Amino acid sequence: MKNQDVAKKLVELKSLAERDRLDITEDISRLEEKLKTGRLATSTAWKRVELARHPDRPGTLDYIERIFNEFIELHGDRLSADDPAIVGGIALFGSQAVTVIGHQKGRNMKENIRRNYGMAQPEGFRKALRLAKEAEKFKRPVITFIDTQGAFPGISSEERGISEAIARNLKEFSSLKVPIVCFIIGEGWSGGAIGIGIGDEIYMLENACYSVISPEGFASILFRDPSRAKQAAELMKLTAPDLLSFDIVDGIIYEPVGGAHTDPDFTAAKIKLQIADSLSRLCLKSPQMLVRDRSLRLQKIGAFAEPREKRQHFLKRLFGG
Amino acid sequence: MIGFGLGRFLKKIRPRERGWDDPKIAGRDERIFVENKKSCPVCHKGLEEGELERTLYVCPSCKHHFRITPWERIRFTVDGGVFQEIAAKVESVNPLNFPDYDAKLSETKDKTGMTEAVVAGRCKIENRELVMAVMAFNFMGGSMGSVVGEKVTRAILEGARQELPVVVFATSGGARMQEGIFSLMQMAKTSNALALLEEKGLPFFVVLTDPTYGGVTASFAMLGDVTLAEPEASIGFAGPRVIEGTIRQKLPEGFQRSEFLLQKGFIDAVVERKDLRRTLSFLIETHQPSEGGL
Repeated sequence: MKNQDVAKKLVELKSLAERDRLDITEDISRLEEKLKTGRLATSTAWKRVELARHPDRPGTLDYIERIFNEFIELHGDRLSADDPAIVGGIALFGSQAVTVIGHQKGRNMKENIRRNYGMAQPEGFRKALRLAKEAEKFKRPVITFIDTQGAFPGISSEERGISEAIARNLKEFSSLKVPIVCFIIGEGWSGGAIGIGIGDEIYMLENACYSVISPEGFASILFRDPSRAKQAAELMKLTAPDLLSFDIVDGIIYEPVGGAHTDPDFTAAKIKLQIADSLSRLCLKSPQMLVRDRSLRLQKIGAFAEPREKRQHFLKRLFGG
Repeated sequence: MIGFGLGRFLKKIRPRERGWDDPKIAGRDERIFVENKKSCPVCHKGLEEGELERTLYVCPSCKHHFRITPWERIRFTVDGGVFQEIAAKVESVNPLNFPDYDAKLSETKDKTGMTEAVVAGRCKIENRELVMAVMAFNFMGGSMGSVVGEKVTRAILEGARQELPVVVFATSGGARMQEGIFSLMQMAKTSNALALLEEKGLPFFVVLTDPTYGGVTASFAMLGDVTLAEPEASIGFAGPRVIEGTIRQKLPEGFQRSEFLLQKGFIDAVVERKDLRRTLSFLIETHQPSEGGL
């Protein structure tokens, strides 16, 4: 339904209510709000970026709490440290055991410092891989939640091989022999996002964003001016509908009017439905089929032009002309 | 993909490349982007005319390795400079309809005489066949968009299909911003291709050259069975400016250089340009699949 149509309907409804003295003011105000702020209004990309970064937006742990019956968090990469920017563990989805991995931002300043604003270091990616491999060993599906400004760009990160950690995850997740379902729940920028973002099915919340870099990073690279992030966001095609149209994600999970944080229970319930649906499909596939289909999915991504070589019919080749 | 027929799968995802029907012989590439051939930018020593050509673009006094173009590297790395290009006609489009991207592409094509930031193909080193992809920093900073991802992937899969080792000479400023999410996805695509190559038991060698950053480092460039680097090359995930912006302090001397990565344990060896041909040949020889097992 287009905006104007909603507006027209609203006027009709109001006049109807007046004529019949019906009390539908609540419905009307809901519609009006929807028109002003909700998804019916053409939301700009930057508005979505702001919603994706909203301080009250539910994060991985908020969803884990609401979606799974039980959850035990597992820590550490078994090499050097535990990175609180990525959380992971084993959970019960209904009665099915699954492994859950996701970025976790802080819910307040203190926690944000501890969790490094959800920007993972190599240890985070290595923990994710360790947990995924553990899931593979015990034939458990993997669910990931993506919500990060990117991998942490610092000296410590480089010294301990952030590139190697991400690269290894890409290769290993792409050939993991159990189902992987990914949810982009907030910000999904750069290698930090894709480092736990390879899956058989990928879903995006309505106001989540996913691109090669944050709008600020994009603006500072291409425009040499990070303050032009807003302009960059509109050009980057980073919204859920864009990504769906590119076939990068499989579906959009609609948020309540005003954003996921206005009703986390509602959003979590929708994600839960999607997990149930995806697992019912993916758990039927053999490990070989899963890996093959995931490969196919990755191998066909790319936009390029290639002139087809003219293949002459073999009769023409034989007899000329 | 055990027991599923990787050969058939490869056929399904990529077309078969033609054989050795039209090899190109790499000639001297005049577009090497050494702006000032009169002196070395590092030690400032004067250079004689034609001296760099003789030293493979390495400063004779301080061993500074100049950045060079793919065809120049192919000329002195592979046997006779003979190179059978694959996926030569794959060209970029503008998937995000990004303003000025088309113009920028065609301008760069004219300037560099190349169609994209990587050249891939089959060749021989000391008479051993291999598939090689060489990246070009002078083509939009060697950034990886759909075409770079596709050509590197085809090189890897061609290796898997023809049972040949694969070598990549990496240099890149990172992801091709103008292609947004498509360029991010190339990291996953190339890394997945390497998983397929690994399944066939074939080796993948990487030579990191100055500079290699971002999405290229965080994907195929860090996944070599053996990873080499030219001396003093800058290699990292985030660029120095970005890191300095995050931590608000100056970076230590030698940070993100080849020798730093060697010390931290992320590359196998730093090899001078003049020794690369011999080193690669040795690696290919020692990674031949042995017949009938050990």
